[in-house]
Amino acid sequence: MSFQPIKFYQTGTFTVGNRLLPPEQRSVQASAKRFNSINSGHRACQGCGEALGARYAIDAAMEATDGQLVCANATGCLEVFSTPYPETSWQVPWIHSLFGNTAAVATGIAAALKVKDQGGTRVVAQGGDGGTTDIGFGCLSGMFERNDDVLYICYDNQGYMNTGVQRSSATPPAARTATTMAVGPEPGNVFGQGKFVPAIALAHDIPYVATATVADLRDLEAKVRRAMEIRGARYLHILVPCPLGWGTAAHDTIRMARLAKETGIFPVFEAEHGEIRAVLPIRRQLPVEEYLKPQKRYAHLFGKQPHVEVIARLQALADRNIRRYGLLEQA
Amino acid sequence: MEKPFAITLDPGSSLANRTGSWRTFRPEYVDRLPPCNAACPAGENIQGWLFHAEGGDYEAAWRALTDNNPLPAIMGRVCYHPCESACNRQNIDAAVGINSVERFLGDEAIKRGWKFHPSAQDSGKRVLVVGSGPAGLSAAYHLTRLGHRAVIHEAAPLAGGMMRYGIPKYRLPRDVLDAEIRRLVDFGVEIRLRTKVSNVLEALQDGFDAVFLGVGAHIAKRAYIPAGDASKVLDAVAVLHDMEGAQLPDMAPMLGRRVVVYGGGNTAIDVARTAKRLGAEEAIIVYRRTREKMPAHDFEVEEALQEGISIKWLSTIKEAGEDDIMIEKMALDDKGFPQPTGEFERIPADSVVLALGQDSDLGLLENVPGLVTDKGLVQVDAAMMTGHPGVFAGGDMAGNERTVTVAVGHGKKAARAIDAYLRGKTYAPPPKPELATFERMNPWYYSDAPKTVRPVLDIIRRQSTFEEVLGGLDEHNALFEARRCMSCGNCFECDNCYGVCPDNAVIKLGPGRRFQFNYDYCKGCGVCAAECPCGAIRMVPEEN
Ligand SMILES: Cc1cc2nc3c(=O)[nH]c(=O)nc-3n(C[C@H](O)[C@H](O)[C@H](O)COP(=O)(O)OP(=O)(O)OC[C@H]3O[C@@H](n4cnc5c(N)ncnc54)[C@H](O)[C@@H]3O)c2cc1C
Ligand SMILES: Cc1ncc(C[n+]2csc(CCOP(=O)(O)OP(=O)(O)O)c2C)c(N)n1
Ligand code: SF4
Ligand SMILES: [Mg+2]
Repeated sequence: MSFQPIKFYQTGTFTVGNRLLPPEQRSVQASAKRFNSINSGHRACQGCGEALGARYAIDAAMEATDGQLVCANATGCLEVFSTPYPETSWQVPWIHSLFGNTAAVATGIAAALKVKDQGGTRVVAQGGDGGTTDIGFGCLSGMFERNDDVLYICYDNQGYMNTGVQRSSATPPAARTATTMAVGPEPGNVFGQGKFVPAIALAHDIPYVATATVADLRDLEAKVRRAMEIRGARYLHILVPCPLGWGTAAHDTIRMARLAKETGIFPVFEAEHGEIRAVLPIRRQLPVEEYLKPQKRYAHLFGKQPHVEVIARLQALADRNIRRYGLLEQA
Repeated sequence: MEKPFAITLDPGSSLANRTGSWRTFRPEYVDRLPPCNAACPAGENIQGWLFHAEGGDYEAAWRALTDNNPLPAIMGRVCYHPCESACNRQNIDAAVGINSVERFLGDEAIKRGWKFHPSAQDSGKRVLVVGSGPAGLSAAYHLTRLGHRAVIHEAAPLAGGMMRYGIPKYRLPRDVLDAEIRRLVDFGVEIRLRTKVSNVLEALQDGFDAVFLGVGAHIAKRAYIPAGDASKVLDAVAVLHDMEGAQLPDMAPMLGRRVVVYGGGNTAIDVARTAKRLGAEEAIIVYRRTREKMPAHDFEVEEALQEGISIKWLSTIKEAGEDDIMIEKMALDDKGFPQPTGEFERIPADSVVLALGQDSDLGLLENVPGLVTDKGLVQVDAAMMTGHPGVFAGGDMAGNERTVTVAVGHGKKAARAIDAYLRGKTYAPPPKPELATFERMNPWYYSDAPKTVRPVLDIIRRQSTFEEVLGGLDEHNALFEARRCMSCGNCFECDNCYGVCPDNAVIKLGPGRRFQFNYDYCKGCGVCAAECPCGAIRMVPEEN
């Protein structure tokens, strides 16, 4: 675990705040003076996980850099719902790039700041899973390989949500999207395709790679803080449930992220220089059905005749994560 | 304004976009009734006082507690804590040790000499309180808080009722009892000892505006048992009563080496345990039904068994002789009632103590117009008033649920009703909020924290002395225990709603002031309500 858990203070470190804690141990989000880097009035759907994840992450980065931050933002929901010209929700210096070149734009900003002797100002690049794992992947890998001084944050909602829920290389098997319909002998997205970019980032041996979800705020903030302590290429991959694309209730966003972590579907870990340092262990293990059932994109698995063999394959993927990352080991 | 190349509009903020108009459901903060509070016969705001204890402010906690119950150190020892049986935390690990924290606060108050703040008003009214048991003490306390003068008339030489003349010292040390009564006297409650009221309407003439009756139930019920002249048959109330006067061991009641106790309630258990401590080699409880049907609490039965008391289930006493008794075995019929079997057994016994329940001495109520009794109980309405206006009653004399806690609750309720009566109004209790059920909470957020176990006196001392059996918590583990409370249904400022809102539509008002929704931007997603650990937010449909 990347932070010191607090025990027995009624809720320990599970809640956002805790009135019994000394101020220095409280989360950034608990502060009445937090930055609100992304402000009210944005046009994200009700219960948007991406809007929440972005505020969590960028507020933490602002806190860690004392407000000396520039953000480059790929095309995608995050850009579209936050910044319909001339309005913007961003309360940080922010630049919109294209769908696929954010990593390169951020590299350029970092280089320019260096040339202008403003190295104290730090750079964050951010985008969706489509912008990151598909179209922006070449720029991203280049940024890693050159060890450019950028923190790249991917908000993974497992599809091209902004254009109407199409499949991306981060869409999980069996999930229904507009381009992987729930029809035919193998309904939904096929097994055996796609990629897990955090593992690819790891293979670049860059200084810092971590995953997080919007269900574990303390963990997420600690990871951003750690990332900002380090210079060079850093990658943070945050799971952000999408009520629209996943077909979940707006109020279930955090619950879905929690279930993804507790079932082992989404491994939460932290690595430095290619080596995994810590994982956020599963606290109360659950079978994958608990995670799948509330989502309409998996509804075809739970008809009159449940597709037990497909569910078993998804369970096997979760089990592999648990083994691979040691998610059941005691913290 | 001069704009850069290709720019035609000023930069604007998304605050111009009032997303609150999207909402079909609105979140609202609520205070729900925690199950502990709902179950407390004294109407304590348990979650409320634990909130202060969690923060380490024990005095604030004690003051919040004593808003409803003036006897925390006593409660923390003798209360059967129905709050813990109702506590939502049972669904996670084990109930919060409410009773042990209450005792810690009560003891802390005695140690630090905390007093009740004097009441601000003085109504000029005088209320007579008959009996200084928990019902009378509670009524007098609450009447005093409300600005009335409360005068207790007590027949016995010392105050406390059954808390002194019934409950044994090994469960309630008398210095604790004395300290909490003394605090009430310092607060302004007047107690006239050795003052028996023999006619309540006459006593009222002495300048009183109303009366509260809390005379308890002290007359032992008898069962017909053929007994020889030389046999020794006693009653439990008398035995326990005599214990109080017994400053020296040889003044204690003579029970002999082999003592048989007849009955299955708490009193039977207490007498048997007392007999053991007085040196009886054998103390046997004879009860006509099974352990499951025994009115005594399971933990008391357990403690008695640990101390070497034996229990004969499904047995009745047929006759008592000089040095033995005859019992008959019983069997439960289809309806669960014990029926004689015709099978007999003799067991050696030097004395038999009957613990078959008590009736009230209602002699002081003869010829009170309108006052109704039924099966020895004085009948009262929802405001604890008898059929005679201005005459109120509570505690053991007015109900079948006979505990210290119920008596305290009756006293409080009666005091509020008397207050209304003295102002020419009728008392209407405030409406209760809906229950904070476990289903309304999000238990994910609570840390794993098993219950703290209280220290218990070693068994040798338990069998031979009247030292207190159950120990207390120290500050460290009392704090831990208090922090196990989940604050069911009431905001405890965990900042979750403030943190999880994707639209920054929750305003944090600062310590002690909770939060407020910003309906200009709240889209009504309901994440705050779903992630509120304690269930203090509800979603309600928008009107249009
Ligand atoms: C052995 C024993 C153990 C118990 N253990 C527990 C326990 O662990 N926990 C628990 O919650 N409950 C326990 N109880 C029950 C509890 O003690 C009673 O329910 C409670 O004390 C009732 O309170 P009360 O104020 O109604 O009456 P009491 O406590 O009986 O007080 C009545 C008072 O009125 C006085 N009085 C009576 N008539 C007159 C009169 N005419 N004039 C003036 N004064 C008068 C009496 O002297 C007495 O002091 C126990 C009872 C017994 C007998
Ligand atoms: C080069 C290019 N191709 C296609 C698009 C259309 N487009 C805009 S956003 C988007 C999908 C974004 O998906 P993702 O990056 O996962 O972000 P999300 O909206 O899911 O947060 C697409 C395909 C574009 N803007 N540019
Ligand atoms: S957890 Fe606290 S508020 Fe909830 S029932 Fe138990 S003591 Fe009462
Ligand atoms: Mg996406």
